[in-house]
Amino acid sequence: MADKVFIALQNNADAQPIIEAILADNPEAVPQESPGMVKIDCPWRLVVRRESIEARIGREFDLQELHVHLISLGGNLDEDDDQFTLAWTR
Amino acid sequence: MAKKLGLKERYALMTRGLDWEPSYQPLDKLFPYDSYEGIVIKDWDAWADPFRLTMDAYWKYQAEKERKLYAILDAFQQNNGQLNLSDARYLSAVKLWLQGVTPLEYAAHRGFAHAGRAFRGAGARIACQMQSIDELRHAQTQLHAFSHYNKFFSGFHNFAHMRDRAWYLSIPKSFFEDAMTAGPFEFVTSISFAFEYVLTNLLFMPFVSGAAYNGDMATTTFGFSAQSDESRHMTLGLEVVKFMLEQHEDNVPIVQAWLDKWFWRGYRLLGLVGTMMDYMLPKKVMSWQEAWGIYWEENGVALFHDLARYGIRLPKHHEVAAKEKNRLTHEMWTVLYQYGNALGLHTWVPNDEELDWMSEKYGELFTSMYRPRLLHLRELEQRGERFFNNRLPMVCQVCQIPVFYTEPDDPHVQCVRIVEAAGTKHHCCSDGCADIFNREPMKYVQALIPPQQIYRGEAGGARDIFEYGAWLHLERDVDTGEYRGSPDQRHWQAWQQQHKATPADAA
Ligand SMILES: [Fe+2]
Ligand SMILES: [Fe+2]
Ligand SMILES: [Zn+2]
Repeated sequence: MADKVFIALQNNADAQPIIEAILADNPEAVPQESPGMVKIDCPWRLVVRRESIEARIGREFDLQELHVHLISLGGNLDEDDDQFTLAWTR
Repeated sequence: MAKKLGLKERYALMTRGLDWEPSYQPLDKLFPYDSYEGIVIKDWDAWADPFRLTMDAYWKYQAEKERKLYAILDAFQQNNGQLNLSDARYLSAVKLWLQGVTPLEYAAHRGFAHAGRAFRGAGARIACQMQSIDELRHAQTQLHAFSHYNKFFSGFHNFAHMRDRAWYLSIPKSFFEDAMTAGPFEFVTSISFAFEYVLTNLLFMPFVSGAAYNGDMATTTFGFSAQSDESRHMTLGLEVVKFMLEQHEDNVPIVQAWLDKWFWRGYRLLGLVGTMMDYMLPKKVMSWQEAWGIYWEENGVALFHDLARYGIRLPKHHEVAAKEKNRLTHEMWTVLYQYGNALGLHTWVPNDEELDWMSEKYGELFTSMYRPRLLHLRELEQRGERFFNNRLPMVCQVCQIPVFYTEPDDPHVQCVRIVEAAGTKHHCCSDGCADIFNREPMKYVQALIPPQQIYRGEAGGARDIFEYGAWLHLERDVDTGEYRGSPDQRHWQAWQQQHKATPADAA
């Protein structure tokens, strides 16, 4: 069975474009909603791309703005100016 | 600084770039605590915070989180948000949070300030500094959020006094004090990795989501706001563990022993959280068993698979946790229920609908064992003989939980392990706790055990459980005891009627 990484975000209006961008960029990602939050699981690796979020919100986005909506994560994290990646080593 | 430096360069400049080489003191004298645990570090510069958060960005995003949080807290208070809770029983969970968890946030603030001072690597120092400030923020925001409930409900009035005196609060307190009296590497492994990465998801995700489901927007908002810092703490935890494992192979067995110890201590502490989820949330989101399946068996185990490349295996006794998952909370609730005269929160027998939910979630063992017991307790209560155990429990020398859990392979037999050190026998609740004791016996023989202290007259000379409750500043049958018939329940019912009768101010 594949080990899953995950990211959990507050389920508020500001986070919606981020959630949409993640689901679009990671076809294997599965969102799970519970009150107040959404947890997105994905086998092995998940990326959050700055450009995909910017395309949805129509303004510049600093990936560190994610901190405001983030609830939790699982996986080895690597972050630079363009993307935020969670991965387990296979 | 030019604005368009990349994140990685900015991080290097604002952390290691701000550090300096001491000229008139050797490093070992400046940082006397980061070597005695036996952890070998060859290159502190190999440390990297994967978030690459610098202090300037830290303040910016923290300020934004606080603005959002306080806007919601203010609205909750102004609109009498407490009236929209599912039920006043829910507040027992909030009381336990205030009494048991909030002081841990403050302890974490102190612990990380200390750990941050102890490391000679600038990256580790800065990550600890940010975490120390975060944890102070968590303590403060929780106190602000809960202060509103203190105006309307019992049990919220004296958490700081209770923290050092209440027998059940020594469970979280001793957990943190065990960590804080260890060296800096063990401290960060215990709190950031074992507790925050591996286990706090169980508190902050299903439980806080449950708070949302029960109408407590105050707890939901600070909970998720705190958890956004927690992602950073978890990442620090994983980073410190990988850093130690990569630096030297001699570090591997030391780290493994810490992971074994702190997995078990954290898991034992979470028995209280599981009980909050299963019993104190009137509207349920998921059971402890399900949450354990998702957050440990899937997510936690994935993390350990990843660490296998360093020679790390799953923590010892994880299979015991799996065997206990269908009974942990039922056994814990029975204990809280019977010692209700010495608790700053209410207990009760769940209603039929809740018992059905438990039967559905927990299956045969619940239906054949715990359900009849709960029904028996209900019958006693209805006859006017509500069961209280007015003696004090024997508690585990390590986790300080009353020795009441059952044998991993037999839920009918109480599990007790007797350990010995310096000519004295001590009791442990499990093989996990006995292992922890036997690894450092001279640490745990020093633990002050509340029931023993109380019987020795150290609790203000209290001679029985009621005098002991008074010494905790708990008013009998107001702050303590059965929920049914309590002032909290009477007020709640009156307010709900009023609230329904005048829908105009129900907005
Ligand atoms: Fe915290
Ligand atoms: Fe934390
Ligand atoms: Zn124990």
